[in-house]
Amino acid sequence: MSVIESPPAFDLPGVDGRNHALADYADAPVLVLVQSCNHCPYVLAWEGRIEALQRDYADRGVRIVAINSNDATTHPGDSFENMVEHAREAGYSFDYLHDESQALARALGSERTPEAFVFDADRRLVYHGAVDDNREESDVSTHYLRDGIEAALAGEPAPVADTTPVGCTVKWRS
Amino acid sequence: MKVELFFWEGCPSHPEAKALLEEVLHEHGITASIEMREVHTQSEAVELAFPGSPTIRIDGRDIDAVGAQSPPALTCRVYVLPDGRPSPVPSRQQLEEALP
Repeated sequence: MSVIESPPAFDLPGVDGRNHALADYADAPVLVLVQSCNHCPYVLAWEGRIEALQRDYADRGVRIVAINSNDATTHPGDSFENMVEHAREAGYSFDYLHDESQALARALGSERTPEAFVFDADRRLVYHGAVDDNREESDVSTHYLRDGIEAALAGEPAPVADTTPVGCTVKWRS
Repeated sequence: MKVELFFWEGCPSHPEAKALLEEVLHEHGITASIEMREVHTQSEAVELAFPGSPTIRIDGRDIDAVGAQSPPALTCRVYVLPDGRPSPVPSRQQLEEALP
């Protein structure tokens, strides 16, 4: 696995108007961080599936947290104001946080949007990478993120622990 | 016929777009080759009026006139499929409709 082993600390503003810190999710048996944004067509293609996962696993305490770290000066569509609007329009039931300093994205080693990180109850990384293996939902054969969540809930290794995320690059500040 | 595919390496969608474009051209008996034009910098994006990757122009005309109006940027371009879903590549229908 080429990325971090446990989630970095964070305390970031969310689209709900409140700040959310890593410690706020301490009770969640599984924490999923998803590097995301508003503008990327790959995020737009996959965000419905991410939302479905949050709905499917909400009663088991799984928390999905999306993070937008993109530089809004070069990509104004990824501004905080547009995050609020996008989350409302897309009907996100998960937290969507603004990592304006890009510190969390750098600490995670994120490269793409969307890019998922699944941590178990002990906050060990169980899965990192793509949501699944096809942008076209009807053609998906392996549900990496869902399988990773199931494995984390069961306290077992994920069947596939690391995949290469397919998506837009994180838009770093120059 | 001049067929150009402008792309930015930071977006992974251009190989898929190129393959689809090749298929469509072949099916319509068009032998024109696709000129691959890489956009490297924001200033090049502005100079070329490049609204994102991939951008396909046939005889200088963007296959998606609406999307072509987006501000120039080194980013992945969003296309809208016939069923309304967003996509990083244009639909076959969009490409076919852009042919002369």
